[in-house]
Amino acid sequence: MNFLLEPLTYAFMQRGLLAGTMVGILCAVMGVYVVLRGMAFLGDALAHAILPGVAVAYLFGGNLLLGALVAAVLVAMGIGFFSRQGTIKEDTAIGILFAAALSLGVAIISSIRTYAVDLSHIMFGNVLGVSSTDLWLTAGLGLVVLLTVFLLYRPFMVISFDPVLAATLRLPTDLLRNVMLILLAVTIVISLQTVGVGLGAAMLVTPAATAYLLTKRLPSMMLVSAGLGAFSSIVGLYISYYLNIVSGSAIVLTATAIFMAVFLIKRGQR
Amino acid sequence: MTHTPHRLEVENISVDYGEKHVLKNVSFQVSHGARIAVVGPNGAGKSTLFKALVGLLPLQSGQIRIHGLPLGNHKDCVAYVPQREEVDWRFPVTVYDVVMMGRFGMRGWLARPNRADHEAAERGLSEMGISNLAKTSISDLSGGQQQRVFLARALAQNPHILLMDEPFTGVDVTTQEATLGLLEHLRMREVTAIISTHDLNLAASRFDAVILLNKELVAYGAPREVLNPQNLARAFGNALLVMENGIVMVDECCPPEEK
Repeated sequence: MNFLLEPLTYAFMQRGLLAGTMVGILCAVMGVYVVLRGMAFLGDALAHAILPGVAVAYLFGGNLLLGALVAAVLVAMGIGFFSRQGTIKEDTAIGILFAAALSLGVAIISSIRTYAVDLSHIMFGNVLGVSSTDLWLTAGLGLVVLLTVFLLYRPFMVISFDPVLAATLRLPTDLLRNVMLILLAVTIVISLQTVGVGLGAAMLVTPAATAYLLTKRLPSMMLVSAGLGAFSSIVGLYISYYLNIVSGSAIVLTATAIFMAVFLIKRGQR
Repeated sequence: MTHTPHRLEVENISVDYGEKHVLKNVSFQVSHGARIAVVGPNGAGKSTLFKALVGLLPLQSGQIRIHGLPLGNHKDCVAYVPQREEVDWRFPVTVYDVVMMGRFGMRGWLARPNRADHEAAERGLSEMGISNLAKTSISDLSGGQQQRVFLARALAQNPHILLMDEPFTGVDVTTQEATLGLLEHLRMREVTAIISTHDLNLAASRFDAVILLNKELVAYGAPREVLNPQNLARAFGNALLVMENGIVMVDECCPPEEK
């Protein structure tokens, strides 16, 4: 028992666990759409694309989350803009913008003196450095995202399962798609503090992929995914505390271990 | 016949994909309740025609009118049954969920389904004989069952015009009969059905009219007027074999030539 309680005597661990749980749930819920719609590449790209926003905010002493949010929304809309014209395919647009944004971010950060340490925090997260302002921002943005997902549950399901039907029913598919991209961008930005730019996509994809193996309906898939996301974050943080490894890695590896176990059990049942 | 208003009028429509002309100056009129087969070689623009009819593809020229009004004035009167491969059947939803999707957008796209919606969904399921599958996950369905789920969903939309893309390809006899039975049923409700098929025998025997398409409209009219060797040769070109005893064969094993 003491094993579990001891880390909680530190305020930074309390904040870290809170942030980790919220991020775990949020990523896992949005991750359901990422997995079902095959947007894993887009998620990864968005995660990397927020780097210049973070770098600029850092340089001018602004809030890192806000900087990241602006960059993510810009890149998400940019991808939509380039691919909607039909002149280039969406994954090509993603590839171009993602590499450009990442390069720009690294270029800005490399001009900062304490380059190595800061870059590592941004790339792999530093959940133990979460401030209480960040915590409130995470809670607020997270609530907005979850509420939107709840309200738009049916339209999101239709555009994900059968976009042609959505169009014949005259649903505003472009608008819904953009809303989903923005929600995804916000989610990735929030995940920045726990798992960082490099591992953000993993928290989107891995718990949702595990839930996909375990469930047969969308609401249960979201619930199971959220549970797994929160559980991975908490377990990962404890592992990070006791083994003294980077928090983001510990969280992602925990989620991956669960996925592997479920995958092998399901394999064995057939 | 001239006094009944046409439900669907297609006037001189052309559709391009980039540089490629897929449909060129296609015109036809369909009166209400008719059952129309759309026949043509691979790449003739059958799917394109359907997508244009539901307003999914922009027209380069021409106009489509339903009940005398341009496309888009009627929100929900055209239902489209896509080819089965067009959706991901491992998506985590039940048969009932899919059928209920046909009711979305009827009363604003945030509204929760009401009793009328549930009744329409249940009616669609029972008309296609799959009420017992309502709670089944769609990943557990056979090809024929998938087809019937799509048909049930289209019925739940209460359409005036039903478009079906290749519903007879790769399905079992039960499903084929269920689909044909549905056509009879739809005619009684004055629902127009437009169906693309490769099966010339079905087109000749079970439909009121045939549209023979190969990018342009080759012929349109009663099956025995349209399906003659001359017309078929114009539509299918080299893929057509006319035997000495008058038997016509369409050979479509080879992929269509890129033009």
